[in-house]
Amino acid sequence: MAMDEIVDGLSEVSCDVLVIGGGTAGPMAALKAKLKNPKANVVLLEKANVKRSGAISMGMDGLNNAVIPGYATPEQYTKEITIANDGIVDQKAVYKYAQNCYKIIEELDSFGIRFLKNENGDYAVKKVHHIGTYVLPMPNGETVKKALYRQLRRARILISNRYMATRLLTASDGRVAGAISVNTRTAEILVIKAKAVILCMGAAGRLGLPTSGYMFGTYENAANSGDGYAMAYHAGAKLANLECFQINPLIKDYNGPACAYVAGPFGAFTANNEGSRFIECDYWSGQMMLEFYNELLSGKGPVFLQLSHLHEKTIEEIESTLHKVERPTRGLFQQGRGTDYRKESIEMHISEIGFCSGHSASGVFVDEFARTTVPGLYAAGDMASVPHNYMLGAFTNGSVAGIDAMEFADNHDFAAFDAADVAKERDRVMAPTKREDGIPPNQIEYKARRLVNDYLQPPKVTRKFELGARRLSEVREDMEQRMIARNSHELLRALETQSILDCADMAAHASLYREESRWGLYHLRTDFPEKDNENWFCHTLLSKQNGKMTSEKRDVQPYVVPIADDEKDLYDKQRIRASA
Amino acid sequence: MPLASYQTSVPVVVDDAKCIADKGCTVCVDVCPLDVLRISDLTGKAFMAYDECWYCMPCEADCPTGAVTVNIPYLLR
Repeated sequence: MAMDEIVDGLSEVSCDVLVIGGGTAGPMAALKAKLKNPKANVVLLEKANVKRSGAISMGMDGLNNAVIPGYATPEQYTKEITIANDGIVDQKAVYKYAQNCYKIIEELDSFGIRFLKNENGDYAVKKVHHIGTYVLPMPNGETVKKALYRQLRRARILISNRYMATRLLTASDGRVAGAISVNTRTAEILVIKAKAVILCMGAAGRLGLPTSGYMFGTYENAANSGDGYAMAYHAGAKLANLECFQINPLIKDYNGPACAYVAGPFGAFTANNEGSRFIECDYWSGQMMLEFYNELLSGKGPVFLQLSHLHEKTIEEIESTLHKVERPTRGLFQQGRGTDYRKESIEMHISEIGFCSGHSASGVFVDEFARTTVPGLYAAGDMASVPHNYMLGAFTNGSVAGIDAMEFADNHDFAAFDAADVAKERDRVMAPTKREDGIPPNQIEYKARRLVNDYLQPPKVTRKFELGARRLSEVREDMEQRMIARNSHELLRALETQSILDCADMAAHASLYREESRWGLYHLRTDFPEKDNENWFCHTLLSKQNGKMTSEKRDVQPYVVPIADDEKDLYDKQRIRASA
Repeated sequence: MPLASYQTSVPVVVDDAKCIADKGCTVCVDVCPLDVLRISDLTGKAFMAYDECWYCMPCEADCPTGAVTVNIPYLLR
């Protein structure tokens, strides 16, 4: 049988803990669950291949949020992240991360991942954030996935590659009962019963359309189509602060990071077309992105990452990192354009929008145990609501999720689900393969994402959002009635398109609900231009209630680390003021 | 609705002389995050079947014979 040919088949397996997504958080969650109870069955399900999947497919240059004794304290980090998020933070989860992450660094070190040390043998932590010092380079960062994979094999985790999860199964009392997935190369359905499920499915990175028009030239790994957000939504879980979009400063056209976290500590900085600094701090925040956006509009754009003033040796070091890890084709791109960092600055622009708690705060709501609002269902990494958690957050919170999920599985039996739910989902998944004629998934996806750019990109205008929602509902009708998939690869794209449209609807709904502006550019509403602490100093939670998309407010939980009044707006003071 | 195919120059290029897919190697096909590579029935060599590339590099980095080259897609070059 040829690859991609559609096979009509269904099988069922069961496990104690099912981890969906084998990028960063997922492998750590699976590993910790298995180590907690070595007799239990842990399955790691992955849409691509665990060896090279997710945001760190080609490794990572360093840790962006390492809380290392002697350099930073958990209290200081919690304070910084709270201020960077305009105060809308449940600190318990951030504080727990800050307390646990050093232990995870030591563990990663024992896996063979090295971290930069100075001549005294101490970690060489660098400052990029506004207040504290948390950036730690990884000299062999390209080996991260290999090191993780070795641990998974050693622990005998059952890995299933090339299965895309499409929906969660739940019991009548709402508890999670497993998941339904489809083989991306044969279209066969696999039902996985599980006592606990951990979602580690990454960002919703294929939401906005890159300005090049190239659909897969996204900032995030283009496989991260927001499937986790859509699955959590349909299972009844609550999603937090989805209006706090992810928007990043990236190399223009290449659409990857430049990257200020690597070059900044060596003296590189963001400059306007006069070569002048205009922001105090290159750490990615909504407030910083707003100044970036304002500079582009002011006539002082384009905006550049300036490093030509640095010493040759320094540039060489930066170059070797940028062209070796995370996005190594950066080197090829610059070479093709004839851009030499010694002579020219790197032209930057603003990325497409997405959901990602790795850099912003939009994610499936979780508490400090990585528990979602659905019993037995966990989430970690870029898709869970712990803000600004980056790679180390994915590892640390993945670890928390793995341990707690196994405890849950040890104390519960399988939940019963309705067989009719499986039959219904199978029909939904296979529908595009049953049509003789229709619209291919790539066109439906392109149109949806073009509409996201046209109507949902900040600054957010109410009238535009209303129009956008209407246009998107027309695309949804086409998707549900007319989309075709002629082989299993097209079916994979067709299913991803459904996640993308779900995320677009959620982005519109959440943005219209919060009637104020907050988080700089991430939620800049033209009709409500001011921050309104009286009415909107709260989280928003979006969920499916009786089949309808609904939003509600949730109080910010009492702080663990108090923030003084004169510290609250530190991130609002991003613009460099002319000094006398 | 009738469908037409759409011309596109793909970023991943495979050197057939170096590719050993005909001897059973499937490394590049296995590791691709977007699952866009396939082995040709005609030549027995790997090729890019779907223009959905993130220009991320695992195919090139993991190829045991150095047969795979990733280029920047034309639209953003």
